Amino acid sequence: MQSLPPIPERPLHPYELVPYTGRKFAQAFHIFCRGCGYGAIGQLLCRVFKDDNLDETLYPFIVGVGCYSALPLILPGRSLMTPHGRTLAVATGIKLSNPKLTPICIAGDGDNLAIGTNHFVQACRRNIGIVLIMLHNNIYGMTGGQVSPTTPIGMYASTATYGYLEDEFDPVALALTAGATYVARWTTAHSRQFMKSVKKALQWKGLSFIDMVSQCPTYFGRNNDMAEPVDVFNWIKGNSITLEKAKGMSEDELKGKFVIGEFRESPRKELSEKYIELIEQVRSKVK
Amino acid sequence: MSDYIYDYDMPSKPYVWMGNEAMVEGALAAGCRFFAGYPITPQNEVPEKMSVRLPQLGGRFIQMEDEMGSISAIVGASFAGLKAMTSTSGPGFSLMQEVMSWAASIEVPMVVADVQRTGPGAGIVNLPHHSDIIQAHYGGNGEYPVIAYAPASCQELFDFAIDAFNDAETWRTPVVIFSDSLLGHIHEKVQVPPKEELEQRVIPRKLVTYEEDGVTPLPRNKYYTFTNFDRKTNTYKISIPPNIATDYFPEWLPAVTHSPQSLASEYQEAAELEVYTLNNKLNEEKIVKVQEYFTEDADVAIVCYGLPFRSALRAVKLAREEGIKAGLFRLVTVWPFARTAIRELSQKIKKLLVPEINLGQMVIWIEAAVEDGTTVKSIPAISRLHEPKELLDKIKEVVQ
Repeated sequence: MQSLPPIPERPLHPYELVPYTGRKFAQAFHIFCRGCGYGAIGQLLCRVFKDDNLDETLYPFIVGVGCYSALPLILPGRSLMTPHGRTLAVATGIKLSNPKLTPICIAGDGDNLAIGTNHFVQACRRNIGIVLIMLHNNIYGMTGGQVSPTTPIGMYASTATYGYLEDEFDPVALALTAGATYVARWTTAHSRQFMKSVKKALQWKGLSFIDMVSQCPTYFGRNNDMAEPVDVFNWIKGNSITLEKAKGMSEDELKGKFVIGEFRESPRKELSEKYIELIEQVRSKVK
Repeated sequence: MSDYIYDYDMPSKPYVWMGNEAMVEGALAAGCRFFAGYPITPQNEVPEKMSVRLPQLGGRFIQMEDEMGSISAIVGASFAGLKAMTSTSGPGFSLMQEVMSWAASIEVPMVVADVQRTGPGAGIVNLPHHSDIIQAHYGGNGEYPVIAYAPASCQELFDFAIDAFNDAETWRTPVVIFSDSLLGHIHEKVQVPPKEELEQRVIPRKLVTYEEDGVTPLPRNKYYTFTNFDRKTNTYKISIPPNIATDYFPEWLPAVTHSPQSLASEYQEAAELEVYTLNNKLNEEKIVKVQEYFTEDADVAIVCYGLPFRSALRAVKLAREEGIKAGLFRLVTVWPFARTAIRELSQKIKKLLVPEINLGQMVIWIEAAVEDGTTVKSIPAISRLHEPKELLDKIKEVVQ
């Protein structure tokens, strides 16, 4: 009697699990709304760390106040949550004290363009070695959908029930004017480009600013006749124009569009490096 | 792991320093190696001197864009392992309250010097006024502890700056040094102690804890980031401040209500635990410092803090010359409030005078602490220091 061939050992799980969700994910509960872009952004950041095999201790996350305050639950490494708007000021202290570290600041549009604009502008001017990723969802999501400085004119929010009267902020233009040395903008529809940008920013000497446009279906979408997450996603995608295309367009045509791409890559000496040189200079004179 | 070298460089001898300078030197002697500040009169000499001295000692100085920025930067610096300090005056101190509350809740060791000036509003920049005494403790949201020193001379500015840093390291809480426009600008002799003595006095930043082998950092679930209440011994255990450059830092250090292991929480029990832990971890017996002069047989006593101490000491001595049994009780630390000491004082002496360079901010606390039958009289002075003669007259008035 012919014996049956041995049963091959089965894997525990039919799918191969790629641990891109970060090692903390197992303990964490799901915190973002259905269709929110933040989970994806967190996953992309985990992927950057995983792909490049980065030393987590060198890149602490400094997060502000917003829905993304809970992002550290899925992010690698250590993170410090700061009061509303103070991410860059705290990161300045960290970077200057320990120049080996490159703090990654995660701030929202309200955090960075309303309450913390001053820190944003000054950090760009100082050119201190911080990676600033601004999550740009056109709304204050955590507090219930109030208008933010990036809410497009005429759009609706819970504090602009009749439509928003004010013009929106262009964070990229602000960063360029203030003197940031690496400036890029991507959206959740451009995840590969975003990852490339983050990889570049992590090695960049000086302030690197990435404006990451993300969808908020719960508040921004619902208030503006885009009930499904995919509607907001498509709205962002449809309004995105690459930098090359935008060059040939007039200002009126560009109104309400997200110009995406890398806006500036011009290295300038970094502040903590300059400070270390100053210390050496002063100490050599004293002795 | 102890590569700690004490490197304060001023030779031990007497110097003539301005109050603000003496405070800077005291802070540097205490190991302060990070300063973030913003210009505001009358504390401008502090950042000015810091910008000169810190690079000499290998420290970092930065002038931030506002007071919120400077106090946030020192929180970051403290978590990056440097002893950090900022200084400001009244209007800037109000701006700092947001981060003071946060810093106390996440137990950051740091020092804030408040060179007070007249208020309210912008006030008068070059007149002394103890305007922020209550604000230092109750200016931010929520209940949190603060340790506050009130020096009265340049030597004390130097010495108390060291004590302030030591307390910040020991108790993991923001410490305030109350100076004022007058004290910050007088020039006096300051004796710098020998280096060996200073090294003995200064408590260095405690380093990351390791497993028994001394190499492997403690795994993340094995240490407490914040103070925790040990139910077995019924004591509060203050853990070593985490360092963001090492493994000894939580995965997420939240600004919201948290457990001792740094887990964010929205339960009432967590809030209760945090508020009680924060406020009860300070052992008042060890922190509160008071000084008593001639109180053994006194009929009347002056209770004061900060600069009025000098006028009061003179007034009490004059009174003694005239045969009046006057005493002097000084709060060296304004916060935590010396409740027990004041109560004990009021058991001996039934007439208390409280001269303050404000409308009477601490007198309310003193009235609440004394025993029944004690008369507490406030002697306010707005934006000026009391004359000894004036205090003597008040003593005579009370005795008769």
